[in-house]
Formats: sequence, C-alpha cells, structure tokens
Amino acid sequence: MVASTDRLLRELKAGRPEARIGERVVERLIQATGLSAILFILLIFAFLIRESASTFVEVPLGDLLGTRWYPIEAYYGLLPLIFGSVVVTFGAALIALPMGLMTAVFIAEVAPRWAREILKPFVEVLAGIPSVVLGFMGILVLAPVIRTTLNTPTGLTAFTGSLLLAGMALPTIVSVAEDALDAVPRSYRDAALALGATRWQTIWRVTVPAARSGILTAMMLGIGRAIGETMTMLMVTGNAARMPEGLVALFRPVRTMTATIAAEMGEVARGSAHYHVLFTIGLVLFVISFLINLTASIVIFRQARRHQEKVLA
Amino acid sequence: MPGHSLLSLFLLVVWLIALPGCRPASAAGGGDAQTGKLTIENKGSDTMVNLALAWAERYMAEHPEVRISVTGGGSGTGIAALINGTVDIANASRAIKPEEIAEAQANGITPVEHVVARDAIAVIVHPSNPVSQLTIQQISDIYSGKITNWKEVGGEDRPIVLLSRETNSGTHVFFLEEVLRQGRKDDKTLFSPDTLLLPSSEGIIAEVRDNPNAIGYDGLGYVTPEVKTIAVARGPEGPYVLPSAKTVHSGQYPIARELYMYTRGEPRGEIKAYLDWILGEEAQAIVRELGFVPLRA
Repeated sequence: MVASTDRLLRELKAGRPEARIGERVVERLIQATGLSAILFILLIFAFLIRESASTFVEVPLGDLLGTRWYPIEAYYGLLPLIFGSVVVTFGAALIALPMGLMTAVFIAEVAPRWAREILKPFVEVLAGIPSVVLGFMGILVLAPVIRTTLNTPTGLTAFTGSLLLAGMALPTIVSVAEDALDAVPRSYRDAALALGATRWQTIWRVTVPAARSGILTAMMLGIGRAIGETMTMLMVTGNAARMPEGLVALFRPVRTMTATIAAEMGEVARGSAHYHVLFTIGLVLFVISFLINLTASIVIFRQARRHQEKVLA
Repeated sequence: MPGHSLLSLFLLVVWLIALPGCRPASAAGGGDAQTGKLTIENKGSDTMVNLALAWAERYMAEHPEVRISVTGGGSGTGIAALINGTVDIANASRAIKPEEIAEAQANGITPVEHVVARDAIAVIVHPSNPVSQLTIQQISDIYSGKITNWKEVGGEDRPIVLLSRETNSGTHVFFLEEVLRQGRKDDKTLFSPDTLLLPSSEGIIAEVRDNPNAIGYDGLGYVTPEVKTIAVARGPEGPYVLPSAKTVHSGQYPIARELYMYTRGEPRGEIKAYLDWILGEEAQAIVRELGFVPLRA
C-alpha cells in the first residue's frame, strides 16, 4: 500500500509522459467496455427488427392481434401468448416480491450474526440451480400436488410455473435488496432508535425507505428474470395457447412467449412467415423488459431528486 | 469527441445489419479424410430416433467402414435439413408436404421417399379410467373441444385434459389430418385451444400415468404398461380394435401410418446399401423389437 503510494507520488513529481499514455489507453479501454454494453443492446434490437420486419407485410395486423395461436395452419394470434407470460409473471411477482423483501429485511436487520452468515450463502446457492432441474421437480413433484390439493383438471398450470419462477426470482431479490439494506448508514438506525422508535418502526419507517431504490432494483431484476425464463415454462405450464378468462386462468394451463419460441424455433423453416412471427414475439419480449427497466429507472430517478430537494429544503 | 464515437457506433451497427446472412457451407455425405470412413448424416423424426439409432448401431457393427450419425429434432426439422443439403437421409413420421417438395426442387434437390416401417398411434388414458373404447368420431370431438367431460363417452364425471405433442411433431400433424379431420382435405377442424402441447413423448406418458383426467396419443413404441390403451373403431358399430402389429397389418386398427426416410435423389453407393439393409429381415426384426410395426407381417 505504502510502496504503491510512494511510486504514484514519484510519478506525479516526475510527470513522466509514458505514464500519461498508459493512463489514456486504460481510459479508452474502460470507455469502450462501457459503450459496448449499449452497442450490444442496439445490435440485438437491430437484429430482432431485421428478422421480424417482414411479419408486418406477410401477416395482417388483425391476425397478429387474434386470439388463436396455431402456426402450422397460419393462425398467428399473439394475444394468448402475451397474456400467458403476463399471468405467469404476475403470479410469480405476487409471491416473490413480498417474500423477497421480508427475507431480505430478516437477513439484514433481524437475524443474529451467525444466522446471517449461514442464510446469505444458502440463498445465493439457490440462484445457481439450473432451471431445467427445477422444471423436472415441477413436473414430478409440484404438478401432482397442485392437481390433488387445488382440484384442478391438470397440475400443469400457470400457478405451477409462478411458484417455480418465484423460487428462481427470490435469490436475486433477496440478495440485491439485502445489499441495499446493508448499505444504509448505521447512524440512521441509531438516530431512529434514539428518538424512541421501536425496532419495527425503525425498519419500516427508516431503513427500508432509505434503501428503496436498491429494493426497487432488486424487484425489477427479479421480475426480469421471471418474464424471460424459458425452460421451466416449457416443462410445467402445459403450453395451451388459450385466452385467460378471469382469475381462474392462474390455475389453468397457459403458453408463454418464451416457451413458444423455444418449442417452435428449432423446427421452423428459415424465412417463412412463422419464422418472422417468432422473432416478432422476441421483439415483444424485448420491448416489455425494456419498459420494465425504464419504469424502474424513472421511479428511482424521481425519488432520488425528491430526496435531494428535501435535503436542500 | 462524443459525437464522433456515436457516429462510428452508428456506422458499425449499419454495417453489421447490412451483412448478408452468412451460412456455413455444409459438407455432408462426403468421406472423412482423416479416418477414411464414409459418413452418413441422418436426422429427423423424434418418433423414429430410437429406431434409427438401433439400425445405425447394428449396421456400423457389421460395416466398420461406415459411420452413421443420427439426430432427432422432429420430422419437419429433418426434411428442412435435407432441403438445405446438410443431411443425407431425413427421417419423417409423416409424408413430405407439396410445399416442401417445391422448396427442395428450388434448391436443386429431388427428395425420394422410402417407406421403412409402419407405426400405430395409440390413444392412451389413466389406468383407472373406466372408458376403454372410443370411435374415431368421438376422439375427434374430444380433441376439437366438442366433448369436454368423460361422462359424455361413458366415463366418470371428470373434465377431459387433452394432451398432444408440439406442432413440429409429425405425430401431431398426422393426428390432425387422419383423426381430427378423418382424412377430409377440406375439413378445417383444429385442436381445441385447451390442448396441452407437451415437448416430448415421455412428458405425455408421464402426465397420462399420473392424471385420471388426461387423454393422450403417442406412437405404439412409446406406450408403457403404466397407461391404458384405448380400443378404437372406425364407426359406432365397431369393431373396437387395440393397436398391435397384427391389427395394423390386417388393416383393422384405423390409426396407423407409415414411417419414411427421404434421400436427395435416388440413393447411390453406401446410402443405397444402407437403405437396402433397412428393408431386409435383420433391420425389420429390430422394428418389431422396438414396438413398431415391420413392413411385412
């Protein structure tokens, strides 16, 4: 530490030109890495648009907004697939968001140090379970249980998918939200407790609001993971492309956008209308996750500004 | 400076979009220069993949100079690969479609059809289901969503859960044309939107085994004793027949089909030798062992 500081001081005194060049190269390299992320997104977007563009020539818009998906007979209604993804993701969010937040609060604020040391790595290991393994467990264990306990016609339902997705999104939510809570300065809690707040009041009125931008990021990442999940959806949701009818749709089979692409892309003839429609589904997915992230950024940005204004006032 | 890098970024994007879709040149059916072995690429129907593998293994054991690589993916996938020129033999559990022939001819390929085995499609239910026989019309009504409760066909008061393979499966297309539409070309009957499309034969067997509401269909070779096979009749007066090699040969079992291999043009050399062997006694005995129906009784 001391040795490197000494070297820096010497370099600064000497003002060696080669150090400046090295610095410039590193600067450019970092800039290029940063920009490449934007470049890749733009490329993916451009590719999706290029491959899906002819859909809108080959298939009338009215057909794309139809309620029947049966591509081998040229029925290209995307609505049941979009609703399928929405129903499953909604169910997963309903389970995973409150559970994730509560688990994060427990680990960060309530659990004693030793429990925390055990819980955190375990939650992170959960994130590493391959989705195909979860799907397999879903078919063999979860689906029969759901059929018999909820008395649904089949266990391969949107709800089965939601449960597994919630399990997959939880580790992300817990891990990121816990880090955000951990980053809240100790003095906030001390001040709240000193004012006579109970522990519960401190957590819900001070710590959680202070960490809200991190918690919101955690939730968005979790939902993003859920809507893009493919393998488990293909295995456990039954893949029946029908329009949902009310809340009961959560307990009926659905076909998600991701599962449709996965199941049909391998077979489809390159350049056919079906091929282009599958890319259109990809485009819809891309736009949906983009909107989710955009909303999250806007909310976080607004909150940060309001917070600043409050401090200034 | 920022404006400059944005411009170059934009140019790069434009250049990459403008790139034509490059496709790797395929080299199929050629000799392998390193080992001196002849390689036959064989791809297609998932129904036939076990059969094709068993044939290839036996043939390679007898002819060490030949290497046959077998992959699945679905009948449509195999035919698409044949049209693109990446395989020598495409397996298909349905006949090639006219538009596929046109596409192949546009690529300078004439697909030649070889019937290599036969197969019965078994309709299966949970072992506890009291229903044991159905007519083709009843199966069609069940799968198109006109009949939705087992009590309408003499069973318990339970909802019917429809199971099918994905639409890329030759079995799915065959079932649509020959059972739902009963062979009528102008019939536009479709699978009910409630039909669960499962990605594998094993998935269908597993769900039928566990779920008393389910009905499924699958190639006879995949049916296990854990599920109940339905006896099928052409009309309400019967006779109701269970699928087997015997009832397929006698023409009594109504849902039977042929299994195909397609080659690019008339087969020559090693490919011809392989196809001739497949039609012979030894290969047809393997067909029977795997639960399919051999060409000759």
